[in-house]
Amino acid sequence: MNGVEGFMYPNEIGLQWSILIVLYPYITGLVAGAFILASLVRIFRVEAVRPTYRLALLTALSFLLVAPLPLQLHLGHPERSPEMYFTPHSTSAMAMFGYVYLWYLMAVLVFEIWLDYRAEIVHFSKTKKGLVGFIYKVMTLGSTNVSHKALELDEKIGWIVTLIGIPSAFILHGYVGFIFGSIKANPWWNSPLMPVVFIFSAMVSGISAVMLLYMATTKLRGLKIDIACVDTIAMYLFYTFIIDFAVESLDLIHRIYEADESFRSLNFMVHTKLYIPHIVIQIMLGTLTPLILLAITQLFKLPEFVRKRIYVIAGSLIMVGVFAMRWNVVIGGQLFSKSFLGYTTYKLALVTKEGLLAAIALCILPFIFLYALQHFLPPWPEKDNTGVPEATH
Amino acid sequence: MMNRRQILILLPAAAIAWKSVLAGTPEMSPNYKLSEHWWSMLIDITKCIGCGNCVRACSQENNVPDGHFRTWVERYHVNDENMTEPVVISPEGGIHGFPATTDTSDKYFFVPKLCNHCADSPCTQVCPVGATFISPDGVVMVDRTYCLGCAYCVQACPYGCRYIHPELEVADKCDLCYHRITQGLTTACCENCPTGARQLADLKDPKDPIHEFLRTHSVQVLKPQMATGAKVFYNELDGSVH
Repeated sequence: MNGVEGFMYPNEIGLQWSILIVLYPYITGLVAGAFILASLVRIFRVEAVRPTYRLALLTALSFLLVAPLPLQLHLGHPERSPEMYFTPHSTSAMAMFGYVYLWYLMAVLVFEIWLDYRAEIVHFSKTKKGLVGFIYKVMTLGSTNVSHKALELDEKIGWIVTLIGIPSAFILHGYVGFIFGSIKANPWWNSPLMPVVFIFSAMVSGISAVMLLYMATTKLRGLKIDIACVDTIAMYLFYTFIIDFAVESLDLIHRIYEADESFRSLNFMVHTKLYIPHIVIQIMLGTLTPLILLAITQLFKLPEFVRKRIYVIAGSLIMVGVFAMRWNVVIGGQLFSKSFLGYTTYKLALVTKEGLLAAIALCILPFIFLYALQHFLPPWPEKDNTGVPEATH
Repeated sequence: MMNRRQILILLPAAAIAWKSVLAGTPEMSPNYKLSEHWWSMLIDITKCIGCGNCVRACSQENNVPDGHFRTWVERYHVNDENMTEPVVISPEGGIHGFPATTDTSDKYFFVPKLCNHCADSPCTQVCPVGATFISPDGVVMVDRTYCLGCAYCVQACPYGCRYIHPELEVADKCDLCYHRITQGLTTACCENCPTGARQLADLKDPKDPIHEFLRTHSVQVLKPQMATGAKVFYNELDGSVH
């Protein structure tokens, strides 16, 4: 009956949170991860990854603009969502979303991008004509001083913004983990490690996304991929992935060893309904395989073209694996009964407000934003011939 | 056909009844003082016969949408081999009762469920706008004009008592028939229970028989490890109940 095995409480049979709620932590994770990669340049002075710096920032912004949309689509009354800003409930983790989001969007990401591009914006506001020129003029916010001293000040402020941005990125995504981890009613979610797991998996997915985007866009523009850059990204990706793997394994081992009252039910679920998405896709394909592939690139001296292919395969598998992890958390957490006596089935609709097509559209949207953004704010590392004064980093 | 005398007797009674129908909120009930009550419910498992009257009464009284339940009844089938994993059924929430069984070798019993109106309820804690709240008289309720329909409260309830109303797209749940109890009536489920297995109780009323009952019986709440301050008390609750 209705895909139910065993006993579910009667109100539990239909899932409350759909694929859109899977997308929400996935997208915010990409934002946080991309920003952390950008911070490698600004704060940690890893010059090798500079070619991806601006791309990482624009990627983070494109995905951040989309991040609240799955939540809005999911709400029964989206028109009431501003109430979260005006009358937030102080004890609710979810009520903080609006503030965390706005802080990250405006105080960190948009501000940092504006500071980094200010010299170009001022230049284009003077050289571009018509509507485009006007848009650039508005984007200068009246700040047209691009003297050496002014740019140095921009750099200093940008450094501070990035410094604030790193914990902010952690808060943005750790908070998403907290939304799940703090639900004591659900043993699949309830874990103090959840925010940590979310943060590290976010870093892994965000770094992979920017690496793949950099490689794809460079190829599309007919240019040569900076191998030192992708090698360095892959190295950081590998180390971050090891930490992520360790934390996730700790969570898993802890659950297995502790084997509390929910264990039998959850264990059964992992070996039946969640076997493909959890064991096969998340752990085998999305974690162990890319981890081994990346380890090979770190241990052996491989030719450049082999390394590039490995990075593409490993990066793509990571993207799939982290998506599977979000799926297993959100959907998996609703497949079993809180009575621990039964299981239900998630029926993914196709053409509904929370269906597959809406989810695909939301996945495509950030790339449309990125395409539009790169027209206005070119992120490409090559020096152009526009005579723009070089930013001092 | 009623005569004039009978009509004259009935008119004031009808007027009082109509007034009580119109009065749905404490503000409209001048004699009801929020601070004088702390509502709970007592469920005596030994008395429940699984007839489903409570589920039907609740459904009609509160226009509960099909497939969703403000209250429901579960039937447990326990033997010495499945103490921790009993066989539980609740066909359509037990609204039509349960199939008869002739098996006398194992233990069968019914467990009516409803919102536990927890004093420290996880559902009110997580609501991002405070649309779900606990009233000063101890009833957890949802403000339908304010709820976003995010379903975070549904996820946070350990007892599966909440659902998203399919037409209104807001969270919905048992409100202990608040429109009735503030009028001095009992809930629809208690009113219609033929064996008195469900008893509305006021923990702030020193004369309420619940105090005597709690002192003299083996009473438990569901999932006490959740520490939610549940206020639905079960007499003779079997350890196998989830």
